[in-house]
Amino acid sequence: MPMYSIGIRKGFFRSPGSRSLYLEGEFLKEYKDKAEQNLEVGSFMSIEKTYAEINAKIKTGKAVVVTAEELIALVEEKGLTEATREVDVVTTGTFAPMCSSGAFLSFGHTKPRMKMQKVWLNGVSAYAGIAAVDAYLGAAELPEEDPLNSNFPGEFRYGGGHVIQDLVARKPVKLKAIAYGTNCYPRKSLETMITLDEINEAILFNPRNAYQNYNCAVNLTDRTVYTYMGMLKPQMGNANYSTSGELSPLLKDPHFKTIGVGTKIFLGGGVGYVAWNGTQHFPAMTNVDGKELGGAGGTLAVIGDLKQMSPKWLVGTSFLGYGATLSVGIGIPIPLLNEEITRYAAMKDEDLFAPIVDYGEAYPSFTPGNLGYVSYAELKSGKITVQGKEIQTSPLSSMPRAREVAATLKKWIQKGDFLLTEPVKSLPSPADGIVAHSIKEV
Amino acid sequence: MAPKRIVLRFRSDISVKPIVYRLVKDFDLVVNIVRADVNPQKEGTMVLEVTGDQSEKGLAYLRELGVSVQDLKQGIVRNEEKCVMCGACTGLCPTGALYIERPSMEVHFDEDQCIVCMLCTKICPMRAMEVHL
Repeated sequence: MPMYSIGIRKGFFRSPGSRSLYLEGEFLKEYKDKAEQNLEVGSFMSIEKTYAEINAKIKTGKAVVVTAEELIALVEEKGLTEATREVDVVTTGTFAPMCSSGAFLSFGHTKPRMKMQKVWLNGVSAYAGIAAVDAYLGAAELPEEDPLNSNFPGEFRYGGGHVIQDLVARKPVKLKAIAYGTNCYPRKSLETMITLDEINEAILFNPRNAYQNYNCAVNLTDRTVYTYMGMLKPQMGNANYSTSGELSPLLKDPHFKTIGVGTKIFLGGGVGYVAWNGTQHFPAMTNVDGKELGGAGGTLAVIGDLKQMSPKWLVGTSFLGYGATLSVGIGIPIPLLNEEITRYAAMKDEDLFAPIVDYGEAYPSFTPGNLGYVSYAELKSGKITVQGKEIQTSPLSSMPRAREVAATLKKWIQKGDFLLTEPVKSLPSPADGIVAHSIKEV
Repeated sequence: MAPKRIVLRFRSDISVKPIVYRLVKDFDLVVNIVRADVNPQKEGTMVLEVTGDQSEKGLAYLRELGVSVQDLKQGIVRNEEKCVMCGACTGLCPTGALYIERPSMEVHFDEDQCIVCMLCTKICPMRAMEVHL
């Protein structure tokens, strides 16, 4: 059985020492005929691997797994063809605040039974408009008694994300519930302590995580603003960005060739799955002067058993003047099925760009447009220049943690206990041209 | 002689007293005020660099008055367990005490550069920067 199946994909191959070529028509036919006649024409063959082949190698401990950073170095040294031939899986990683996160909790029944109408965990309200003892705790929810922004800027020291972290840290959490009482569920109030291990189910389900790309935030106004992109000093006094760049999962598979519904991932320190595309999934790529520029782009909805996750990778987070949220560690394996996938997975910080957006006026007023694009290499250097002004940059996304996610996932795969899953359904890609809607007021 | 970097915290009744003048005049100290938050009828804080042979006597005088005198290095502490090294603090820290090392992108805290402005304690998304005064 050959290690790789050799095939010809329509319109794409790479000859040694040249850039990628797109071929069609007569030449392709001639090439195909030649290839069929002589399988030894190695330089004209594009590499094609399957999930099954890669998984067989993972099971026997023979799979070659590298992180996205390592792949970049490998491609620079050996070229795309050789890197694709040698490497089976590339691991990516990110650890950053992801507001659209939360957990479905099913507490178990009380005696007598109760149909919980309203539920609080450590004073933070959870949505109980589902079955009797089920609730959804959102990461951005705040305690009822929180002063919010009444003493601006509010501190938002504790919220839903912090409750999730406390639960995963196995800390006892106070459960309070009220109900109107029915014949089958007579109980009307409850106050007790719960722990993650004692409740029946805890399912992390984050409707929008792992943003493909994100804005670099600045403030053009004369006053300091407090945003979900951090504190922004007046007149572009600083710039904040929040992507791990060349390690970021969706930046490494921008056309969703391998990441789809059912993809098995590193989620919150445990194993999770891609459930669907995330909300506000608007993948788009514009080619400007040979640069592929993306907006905020695609997102993922992810799901996994909270009980096997870790408080190190699900961290309650507070933004001064904005609110509370949850920082989530996510890592996604990308199988190098062919060179095109390798080419994107090997994109460097120099090739990846973030739009610069004014959060003083343009963002809050929903005014479209941006102040240009800046590469992640520039952002990570600590300084960018916008409108002739040099600005200090700060990340909100932790690179050391992103690196740790990618390295951990690599280890899991190398050990043979984490197999890759082929998507059961593809996610919409830039080619689908999804257009965002906004609320129309009448 | 290397200056001593200290943090003073005092009650509202001290706010009206010329304590820095006394340090200079009575103890012959060179005083550099790094940061000061002094308001009438309010508790105050001051970060000083103090140089001089009689600096210990000067600080003893302050303590007698009821001023809390603390080594600057102990003022702000990074909770290593909470810090995730995101770097959000680094663009706002006014002295560069919190900074990113490249290319590792690890976040470091140089206590010698900290002037206890306490901005990081509010803007750290993980609340990993703690005041120990």
